[in-house]
Amino acid sequence: MTNAQDLKRTPLGSFHLRLNAKIVPFAGYEMPLHYEEGIITEHAYTREHVSLFDVSHMGQAILRGADAAAALETLVPGDIQDLPPGKMRYTVLTNEQGGILDDLMVGNRGSHLFLVVNASRKEHDFKHIAERLAGRAQLELLPDHALLALQGPLAAQVMGRLSPPARHMMFMTCENLTVADAPCCVARSGYTGEDGFEISVGPEDCKNLAHALIEETEVNPAGLGARDTLRLEAGLPLYGNDIDETTTPVEAGLSWIIGKRRREEGGFPGSDIILRQLAEGATRRLVGLKPAGRVPARAHTIITDESGNEIGHVTSGSYGPTVGGPVAMGYVQTAHAQPGTAVRLMVRGKPEPAQVVKLPFVPHRYFKG
Amino acid sequence: MAITRFTKEHEWVRIEGDEGVVGITSYAQEQLGDLVYIELPEIGAEIAAGDQLAVVESVKAASEVYSPVSGTVAATNQAVADNPAQVNADPLGEGWFVRLKLRDPDEAEGLMDEDAYAVYCEGLA
Repeated sequence: MTNAQDLKRTPLGSFHLRLNAKIVPFAGYEMPLHYEEGIITEHAYTREHVSLFDVSHMGQAILRGADAAAALETLVPGDIQDLPPGKMRYTVLTNEQGGILDDLMVGNRGSHLFLVVNASRKEHDFKHIAERLAGRAQLELLPDHALLALQGPLAAQVMGRLSPPARHMMFMTCENLTVADAPCCVARSGYTGEDGFEISVGPEDCKNLAHALIEETEVNPAGLGARDTLRLEAGLPLYGNDIDETTTPVEAGLSWIIGKRRREEGGFPGSDIILRQLAEGATRRLVGLKPAGRVPARAHTIITDESGNEIGHVTSGSYGPTVGGPVAMGYVQTAHAQPGTAVRLMVRGKPEPAQVVKLPFVPHRYFKG
Repeated sequence: MAITRFTKEHEWVRIEGDEGVVGITSYAQEQLGDLVYIELPEIGAEIAAGDQLAVVESVKAASEVYSPVSGTVAATNQAVADNPAQVNADPLGEGWFVRLKLRDPDEAEGLMDEDAYAVYCEGLA
């Protein structure tokens, strides 16, 4: 267990306390689980309006070098060399078994690549990248930078006031912009399924920027609790739950992240296994699960077929506030992965009927022009 | 006048003659956050003090609710099963869980009264 005194605070620690956040330990940080309104209200507010999330615990870094994109491709199955300047791509670091070491965002900033990785994996990832790419590219960490996520249908309206060019950015693009007088790297992206922005800002400006954003009339704060239910309804995997070193991108439903050229050329860790699964299919698949009743099925819940034979397990499960009932994701044997398949979820020893459903539970509303 | 007693696990029981009404405290609902599912016992179930009486699920996790006293389940509050948010809104009133026919109406005497429970909760902060 982590001792409370060992927990780090993000640069916005005092900001959360002033907003009466309920603070919990997460990935070595004191993080806001929710603020005064609670998870369900914060979730609904994000879907209908716009919320500000502090995600500064995530790992940010810059990868430099003339050969940086080609070098990074030796660690990920994504097409990085053909990523145009100003664009971003979601990809994964893989291991030799085809498992996922982490999922991450890669942005082409022209002179360098910008990386954002999970908080729980950042030490691992940065060591892995620096060691594997030594001599080919230089990794510079940004440990003091904050990362603010402004998420929801009114995010563009708010950003349009504080930084007019942001309004015209497309989903999965990034630009250097001044936001409320602060120099920032702004990306039109997020992990809620809604339109929104992720704003990387230096330590000297982050508090002022957070205050400027929260003072906008449309904006309320939201914590990690709402972030989790929002991403689950959006069918987005959480590292450590839905994807890990034992799950491949094909099993996780992430085949779409493997570029055409990378499928032909391979050349990333575990590519033999991953490319074989792409051609022949995998034995299990991450699927959406909709319980028929009201009881949530949590991670590790056993999934059976209608005859009671074990066919998999739940990896994320909660109450979906927008769905208005329980939602879950989990791995099932491929024969049971078709949407509409009836399954049972073993909750406290009782088989609860559920159905395999297509993800996401709530349609994505990204801004694509 | 009915007396209400509290447990260290943050349940309450209000003694009404030979029956006891059981729920969770305001401190408990605040710690749990928004409740989304409540599993209540069957009417007629025999429950001993300290046994699992109900399961509550917040957005984040499932937790067990233990019975403060021993008895037979005489009634359950279907309204909180239908709308768990009622427990967050009014934990000591409309948010009650179960009415027990008490095995021993004096059993609750060993539990904390309101003042002792308030002091206990302050010590947890």
